[in-house]
Amino acid sequence: MTAIESSTPTLPGDGGHQPVDAGEARRLPPVAELAVATLVLIVVGGIYLAAEMQAGASVTPAVVLLVAAVVLLAINFAMLSRAQQFAWRRFRVVGRWTLLAYVVIAGMLEYVFIYDGVRGSTLAVLSGMLAVFAIDVPLILAFTVARFANERE
Amino acid sequence: MAQAVHEATGPPAGAPVDLPRPPASIVPLRGLPFAIAVIGGMVAAIATNAEWALDFYHVVGGGLWTAIDLFVGLVVGPIIGSMSIPARIEFSTRFMPKMALIMPTLVTMTLGAGWQLARHLGNLAPGSVNHGWLVASYIIVGVMTVIALGVLEPANITVLFELRKPRPNPAVIEKLMKRFIYTAGITGAMQIATLVIMTRIATQ
Repeated sequence: MTAIESSTPTLPGDGGHQPVDAGEARRLPPVAELAVATLVLIVVGGIYLAAEMQAGASVTPAVVLLVAAVVLLAINFAMLSRAQQFAWRRFRVVGRWTLLAYVVIAGMLEYVFIYDGVRGSTLAVLSGMLAVFAIDVPLILAFTVARFANERE
Repeated sequence: MAQAVHEATGPPAGAPVDLPRPPASIVPLRGLPFAIAVIGGMVAAIATNAEWALDFYHVVGGGLWTAIDLFVGLVVGPIIGSMSIPARIEFSTRFMPKMALIMPTLVTMTLGAGWQLARHLGNLAPGSVNHGWLVASYIIVGVMTVIALGVLEPANITVLFELRKPRPNPAVIEKLMKRFIYTAGITGAMQIATLVIMTRIATQ
Protein backbone atom coordinates (compact mmCIF):
# COMPACT_ATOMS: atom_id res chain seq x y z
CA MET A 1 0.00 0.00 0.00
CA THR A 2 1.09 3.53 -0.65
CA ALA A 3 0.14 6.80 0.98
CA ILE A 4 -1.13 9.65 -1.18
CA GLU A 5 -1.27 13.21 0.12
CA SER A 6 -4.70 14.71 -0.42
CA SER A 7 -3.58 18.32 0.06
CA THR A 8 -2.85 20.63 -2.90
CA PRO A 9 0.76 20.19 -4.01
CA THR A 10 3.00 23.22 -4.24
CA LEU A 11 6.16 24.20 -6.06
CA PRO A 12 9.63 23.22 -4.78
CA GLY A 13 10.70 25.04 -1.67
CA ASP A 14 7.13 25.54 -0.50
CA GLY A 15 7.11 22.74 1.98
CA GLY A 16 8.61 19.63 0.51
CA HIS A 17 5.87 18.62 -1.96
CA GLN A 18 6.68 17.63 -5.51
CA PRO A 19 5.86 20.24 -8.19
CA VAL A 20 2.63 19.81 -10.14
CA ASP A 21 4.61 19.95 -13.38
CA ALA A 22 8.34 19.67 -12.97
CA GLY A 23 8.79 20.69 -16.62
CA GLU A 24 7.17 24.07 -16.04
CA ALA A 25 9.01 24.54 -12.76
CA ARG A 26 12.38 23.83 -14.43
CA ARG A 27 11.58 25.78 -17.64
CA LEU A 28 12.23 22.82 -19.91
CA PRO A 29 12.04 23.42 -23.69
CA PRO A 30 8.77 22.55 -25.50
CA VAL A 31 10.06 19.13 -26.54
CA ALA A 32 6.70 17.32 -26.36
CA GLU A 33 4.95 20.01 -28.42
CA LEU A 34 7.63 19.96 -31.14
CA ALA A 35 7.65 16.16 -31.15
CA VAL A 36 3.86 16.12 -31.68
CA ALA A 37 4.32 18.61 -34.55
CA THR A 38 6.91 16.22 -36.03
CA LEU A 39 4.43 13.36 -35.67
CA VAL A 40 1.74 15.41 -37.45
CA LEU A 41 4.11 16.00 -40.42
CA ILE A 42 4.88 12.29 -40.63
CA VAL A 43 1.21 11.30 -40.40
CA VAL A 44 0.20 13.79 -43.11
CA GLY A 45 3.01 12.49 -45.35
CA GLY A 46 1.94 8.91 -44.66
CA ILE A 47 -1.69 9.68 -45.53
CA TYR A 48 -0.61 11.38 -48.78
CA LEU A 49 1.54 8.41 -49.81
CA ALA A 50 -1.10 5.84 -48.83
CA ALA A 51 -3.74 7.72 -50.83
CA GLU A 52 -1.57 8.26 -53.92
CA MET A 53 0.67 5.17 -53.73
CA GLN A 54 -1.05 3.27 -56.56
CA ALA A 55 -1.79 6.36 -58.66
CA GLY A 56 1.87 7.02 -59.44
CA ALA A 57 1.67 10.57 -58.07
CA SER A 58 4.75 12.70 -57.27
CA VAL A 59 6.53 11.97 -53.99
CA THR A 60 7.72 15.60 -53.71
CA PRO A 61 5.06 16.71 -51.17
CA ALA A 62 5.96 13.72 -48.98
CA VAL A 63 9.71 14.51 -49.30
CA VAL A 64 9.06 18.11 -48.22
CA LEU A 65 7.10 16.89 -45.20
CA LEU A 66 9.83 14.35 -44.34
CA VAL A 67 12.61 16.97 -44.55
CA ALA A 68 10.58 19.34 -42.35
CA ALA A 69 10.05 16.52 -39.84
CA VAL A 70 13.77 15.65 -39.76
CA VAL A 71 14.72 19.32 -39.22
CA LEU A 72 12.14 19.64 -36.42
CA LEU A 73 13.39 16.43 -34.79
CA ALA A 74 17.02 17.64 -34.94
CA ILE A 75 16.07 21.02 -33.40
CA ASN A 76 14.17 19.16 -30.70
CA PHE A 77 17.14 16.98 -29.74
CA ALA A 78 19.45 20.01 -29.78
CA MET A 79 17.14 21.88 -27.39
CA LEU A 80 16.71 18.86 -25.14
CA SER A 81 20.48 18.25 -24.93
CA ARG A 82 20.85 21.70 -23.31
CA ALA A 83 18.17 21.04 -20.69
CA GLN A 84 19.37 21.23 -17.13
CA GLN A 85 17.81 19.80 -13.96
CA PHE A 86 16.22 17.05 -16.04
CA ALA A 87 15.59 13.42 -15.01
CA TRP A 88 18.02 12.04 -17.60
CA ARG A 89 18.20 8.59 -16.03
CA ARG A 90 14.42 8.12 -16.21
CA PHE A 91 14.46 9.58 -19.75
CA ARG A 92 17.04 7.01 -20.86
CA VAL A 93 15.26 4.03 -19.23
CA VAL A 94 11.86 4.86 -20.77
CA GLY A 95 13.45 5.96 -24.05
CA ARG A 96 15.43 2.75 -24.44
CA TRP A 97 12.46 0.41 -23.99
CA THR A 98 10.02 2.44 -26.06
CA LEU A 99 12.64 2.85 -28.80
CA LEU A 100 12.98 -0.94 -28.88
CA ALA A 101 9.19 -1.32 -29.17
CA TYR A 102 8.82 1.29 -31.92
CA VAL A 103 11.84 0.01 -33.89
CA VAL A 104 10.11 -3.41 -33.93
CA ILE A 105 6.82 -1.79 -35.04
CA ALA A 106 8.57 0.28 -37.74
CA GLY A 107 10.48 -2.82 -38.86
CA MET A 108 7.23 -4.77 -39.23
CA LEU A 109 5.71 -1.92 -41.28
CA GLU A 110 8.85 -1.75 -43.45
CA TYR A 111 8.60 -5.49 -44.07
CA VAL A 112 4.91 -5.13 -45.06
CA PHE A 113 5.72 -2.35 -47.54
CA ILE A 114 8.45 -4.47 -49.17
CA TYR A 115 6.20 -7.56 -49.06
CA ASP A 116 3.47 -5.56 -50.81
CA GLY A 117 5.84 -4.57 -53.63
CA VAL A 118 6.56 -0.93 -52.74
CA ARG A 119 9.83 0.07 -54.42
CA GLY A 120 12.00 3.01 -55.48
CA SER A 121 11.53 6.58 -54.25
CA THR A 122 8.21 5.76 -52.54
CA LEU A 123 9.89 3.07 -50.44
CA ALA A 124 12.80 5.41 -49.63
CA VAL A 125 10.45 8.15 -48.39
CA LEU A 126 8.33 5.68 -46.43
CA SER A 127 11.48 4.24 -44.82
CA GLY A 128 12.60 7.74 -43.82
CA MET A 129 9.18 8.45 -42.34
CA LEU A 130 9.23 5.19 -40.39
CA ALA A 131 12.70 6.05 -39.02
CA VAL A 132 11.50 9.47 -37.82
CA PHE A 133 8.36 7.86 -36.37
CA ALA A 134 10.43 5.24 -34.49
CA ILE A 135 12.57 7.97 -32.88
CA ASP A 136 9.89 10.63 -32.37
CA VAL A 137 7.29 8.60 -30.44
CA PRO A 138 9.82 7.31 -27.84
CA LEU A 139 11.02 10.92 -27.49
CA ILE A 140 7.46 12.06 -26.63
CA LEU A 141 6.97 9.20 -24.16
CA ALA A 142 10.37 9.44 -22.46
CA PHE A 143 10.27 13.24 -22.19
CA THR A 144 6.74 13.27 -20.75
CA VAL A 145 7.63 10.70 -18.10
CA ALA A 146 10.94 12.42 -17.24
CA ARG A 147 9.45 15.91 -16.95
CA PHE A 148 7.26 14.70 -14.08
CA ALA A 149 10.11 12.76 -12.43
CA ASN A 150 12.60 13.96 -9.88
CA GLU A 151 16.10 14.66 -11.18
CA ARG A 152 17.51 11.74 -9.17
CA GLU A 153 15.06 9.24 -10.69
CA MET B 1 -17.79 20.19 -9.43
CA ALA B 2 -15.11 17.56 -9.09
CA GLN B 3 -13.43 19.65 -6.42
CA ALA B 4 -16.73 19.96 -4.58
CA VAL B 5 -17.18 16.21 -4.67
CA HIS B 6 -13.65 15.76 -3.47
CA GLU B 7 -14.19 18.13 -0.60
CA ALA B 8 -17.43 16.40 0.30
CA THR B 9 -16.19 12.85 0.15
CA GLY B 10 -12.41 12.98 0.32
CA PRO B 11 -10.23 12.85 3.40
CA PRO B 12 -9.15 16.00 5.21
CA ALA B 13 -6.32 17.99 3.60
CA GLY B 14 -2.93 16.53 4.34
CA ALA B 15 -4.28 13.19 5.49
CA PRO B 16 -2.57 10.26 3.77
CA VAL B 17 -4.86 7.92 1.85
CA ASP B 18 -3.93 4.26 1.61
CA LEU B 19 -4.16 2.95 -1.93
CA PRO B 20 -3.06 -0.30 -3.56
CA ARG B 21 0.34 -0.03 -5.21
CA PRO B 22 0.43 -0.62 -8.96
CA PRO B 23 2.21 -3.75 -10.16
CA ALA B 24 5.99 -3.68 -10.49
CA SER B 25 5.68 -3.88 -14.27
CA ILE B 26 4.03 -1.03 -16.20
CA VAL B 27 2.47 -3.50 -18.66
CA PRO B 28 0.61 -6.52 -17.16
CA LEU B 29 2.97 -9.36 -18.04
CA ARG B 30 0.29 -12.05 -17.64
CA GLY B 31 -1.63 -10.50 -20.52
CA LEU B 32 1.34 -10.48 -22.89
CA PRO B 33 0.88 -14.09 -24.16
CA PHE B 34 -2.71 -13.26 -25.19
CA ALA B 35 -1.57 -10.12 -27.03
CA ILE B 36 1.24 -12.05 -28.75
CA ALA B 37 -1.21 -14.80 -29.78
CA VAL B 38 -3.63 -12.25 -31.24
CA ILE B 39 -0.88 -10.43 -33.18
CA GLY B 40 0.57 -13.78 -34.31
CA GLY B 41 -2.84 -14.77 -35.68
CA MET B 42 -3.05 -11.46 -37.54
CA VAL B 43 0.40 -11.99 -39.09
CA ALA B 44 -0.71 -15.48 -40.22
CA ALA B 45 -3.90 -14.01 -41.71
CA ILE B 46 -1.91 -11.41 -43.65
CA ALA B 47 0.74 -13.92 -44.78
CA THR B 48 -1.90 -16.32 -46.11
CA ASN B 49 -4.23 -13.58 -47.43
CA ALA B 50 -7.15 -15.57 -46.03
CA GLU B 51 -10.13 -13.29 -46.64
CA TRP B 52 -12.28 -14.62 -43.80
CA ALA B 53 -9.43 -14.28 -41.29
CA LEU B 54 -8.61 -10.75 -42.46
CA ASP B 55 -12.30 -9.82 -42.25
CA PHE B 56 -12.56 -11.38 -38.78
CA TYR B 57 -9.53 -9.51 -37.44
CA HIS B 58 -10.60 -6.21 -38.96
CA VAL B 59 -14.25 -6.39 -37.88
CA VAL B 60 -13.64 -7.78 -34.38
CA GLY B 61 -10.69 -5.47 -33.70
CA GLY B 62 -12.45 -2.41 -35.12
CA GLY B 63 -15.70 -3.16 -33.30
CA LEU B 64 -13.96 -3.54 -29.95
CA TRP B 65 -11.73 -0.50 -30.53
CA THR B 66 -14.71 1.72 -31.41
CA ALA B 67 -16.91 0.37 -28.61
CA ILE B 68 -14.22 0.70 -25.93
CA ASP B 69 -13.26 4.22 -27.10
CA LEU B 70 -16.88 5.42 -27.05
CA PHE B 71 -17.72 3.66 -23.78
CA VAL B 72 -14.63 4.90 -21.97
CA GLY B 73 -14.83 8.41 -23.44
CA LEU B 74 -18.53 9.03 -23.05
CA VAL B 75 -19.58 6.79 -20.13
CA VAL B 76 -16.61 5.86 -17.93
CA GLY B 77 -14.75 9.18 -18.39
CA PRO B 78 -17.47 11.44 -16.94
CA ILE B 79 -17.95 8.99 -14.05
CA ILE B 80 -14.21 9.15 -13.27
CA GLY B 81 -14.37 12.94 -13.52
CA SER B 82 -16.99 13.05 -10.76
CA MET B 83 -15.01 10.79 -8.40
CA SER B 84 -12.83 12.00 -5.56
CA ILE B 85 -9.12 12.21 -6.43
CA PRO B 86 -8.14 9.16 -4.31
CA ALA B 87 -10.93 7.16 -6.00
CA ARG B 88 -9.72 8.29 -9.44
CA ILE B 89 -6.21 7.20 -8.56
CA GLU B 90 -7.38 3.81 -7.28
CA PHE B 91 -9.41 3.29 -10.46
CA SER B 92 -6.47 4.35 -12.66
CA THR B 93 -4.11 1.99 -10.83
CA ARG B 94 -6.22 -0.96 -11.92
CA PHE B 95 -7.53 0.35 -15.24
CA MET B 96 -4.56 1.90 -17.04
CA PRO B 97 -2.13 -1.06 -17.11
CA LYS B 98 -4.83 -3.14 -18.81
CA MET B 99 -5.59 -0.40 -21.33
CA ALA B 100 -1.85 -0.09 -22.07
CA LEU B 101 -1.99 -3.66 -23.37
CA ILE B 102 -5.51 -3.94 -24.82
CA MET B 103 -5.67 -0.81 -26.98
CA PRO B 104 -2.39 -1.17 -28.94
CA THR B 105 -3.30 -4.82 -29.63
CA LEU B 106 -6.77 -3.88 -30.94
CA VAL B 107 -5.43 -0.98 -33.01
CA THR B 108 -2.71 -3.18 -34.55
CA MET B 109 -5.11 -5.97 -35.50
CA THR B 110 -7.69 -3.54 -36.91
CA LEU B 111 -5.29 -1.49 -39.03
CA GLY B 112 -3.02 -4.35 -40.10
CA ALA B 113 -5.86 -6.60 -41.20
CA GLY B 114 -7.82 -3.63 -42.63
CA TRP B 115 -5.01 -2.48 -44.90
CA GLN B 116 -4.41 -6.00 -46.21
CA LEU B 117 -8.15 -6.57 -46.70
CA ALA B 118 -8.46 -3.32 -48.68
CA ARG B 119 -5.49 -4.36 -50.82
CA HIS B 120 -6.94 -7.86 -51.32
CA LEU B 121 -10.33 -6.45 -52.36
CA GLY B 122 -8.80 -3.82 -54.66
CA ASN B 123 -10.05 -0.86 -52.64
CA LEU B 124 -6.59 0.78 -52.55
CA ALA B 125 -6.67 1.36 -56.31
CA PRO B 126 -7.39 5.00 -57.23
CA GLY B 127 -10.16 3.86 -59.57
CA SER B 128 -12.01 1.97 -56.84
CA VAL B 129 -15.44 3.27 -55.88
CA ASN B 130 -14.32 3.03 -52.23
CA HIS B 131 -11.01 4.89 -52.65
CA GLY B 132 -12.36 8.24 -51.45
CA TRP B 133 -13.91 6.66 -48.37
CA LEU B 134 -10.63 4.90 -47.64
CA VAL B 135 -8.71 8.19 -47.83
CA ALA B 136 -11.24 9.67 -45.40
CA SER B 137 -10.58 6.75 -43.05
CA TYR B 138 -6.78 7.37 -43.35
CA ILE B 139 -7.35 10.96 -42.21
CA ILE B 140 -9.47 9.80 -39.26
CA VAL B 141 -6.87 7.22 -38.26
CA GLY B 142 -4.19 9.92 -38.63
CA VAL B 143 -6.00 12.25 -36.23
CA MET B 144 -6.52 9.41 -33.74
CA THR B 145 -2.84 8.39 -34.09
CA VAL B 146 -1.66 11.88 -33.15
CA ILE B 147 -4.05 11.99 -30.18
CA ALA B 148 -3.14 8.47 -29.02
CA LEU B 149 0.66 8.65 -29.46
CA GLY B 150 1.15 12.35 -28.82
CA VAL B 151 -1.29 12.97 -25.98
CA LEU B 152 -2.87 9.90 -24.38
CA GLU B 153 -0.12 7.26 -24.32
CA PRO B 154 2.48 9.60 -22.74
CA ALA B 155 -0.11 10.58 -20.11
CA ASN B 156 -1.00 6.93 -19.45
CA ILE B 157 2.64 5.85 -18.99
CA THR B 158 3.49 8.91 -16.88
CA VAL B 159 0.54 8.26 -14.54
CA LEU B 160 1.69 4.66 -14.10
CA PHE B 161 5.21 5.85 -13.21
CA GLU B 162 3.78 8.46 -10.83
CA LEU B 163 1.69 5.80 -9.07
CA ARG B 164 4.84 3.74 -8.42
CA LYS B 165 6.41 6.55 -6.39
CA PRO B 166 6.38 6.22 -2.58
CA ARG B 167 4.30 9.43 -2.43
CA PRO B 168 2.41 9.89 -5.73
CA ASN B 169 1.41 13.47 -6.46
CA PRO B 170 -2.39 13.61 -6.99
CA ALA B 171 -2.13 16.94 -8.85
CA VAL B 172 0.16 15.38 -11.48
CA ILE B 173 -2.25 12.46 -11.92
CA GLU B 174 -5.28 14.76 -12.09
CA LYS B 175 -3.59 17.04 -14.62
CA LEU B 176 -2.66 14.13 -16.89
CA MET B 177 -6.03 12.38 -16.52
CA LYS B 178 -7.73 15.57 -17.77
CA ARG B 179 -6.18 14.84 -21.17
CA PHE B 180 -8.49 11.81 -21.46
CA ILE B 181 -11.52 13.98 -20.74
CA TYR B 182 -10.45 16.74 -23.18
CA THR B 183 -9.83 14.33 -26.05
CA ALA B 184 -12.88 12.11 -25.44
CA GLY B 185 -15.10 14.33 -27.64
CA ILE B 186 -12.64 14.29 -30.57
CA THR B 187 -12.07 10.55 -30.31
CA GLY B 188 -15.83 9.91 -30.05
CA ALA B 189 -16.53 12.01 -33.17
CA MET B 190 -13.75 10.22 -35.07
CA GLN B 191 -15.11 6.82 -34.06
CA ILE B 192 -18.65 7.68 -35.15
CA ALA B 193 -17.26 8.92 -38.49
CA THR B 194 -15.37 5.61 -38.77
CA LEU B 195 -18.63 3.69 -38.27
CA VAL B 196 -20.28 5.73 -41.07
CA ILE B 197 -17.32 5.23 -43.45
CA MET B 198 -16.92 1.50 -42.80
CA THR B 199 -20.62 0.76 -43.24
CA ARG B 200 -20.57 2.79 -46.51
CA ILE B 201 -17.55 0.82 -47.77
CA ALA B 202 -19.18 -2.49 -46.87
CA THR B 203 -22.38 -1.69 -48.78
CA GLN B 204 -21.07 0.06 -51.96
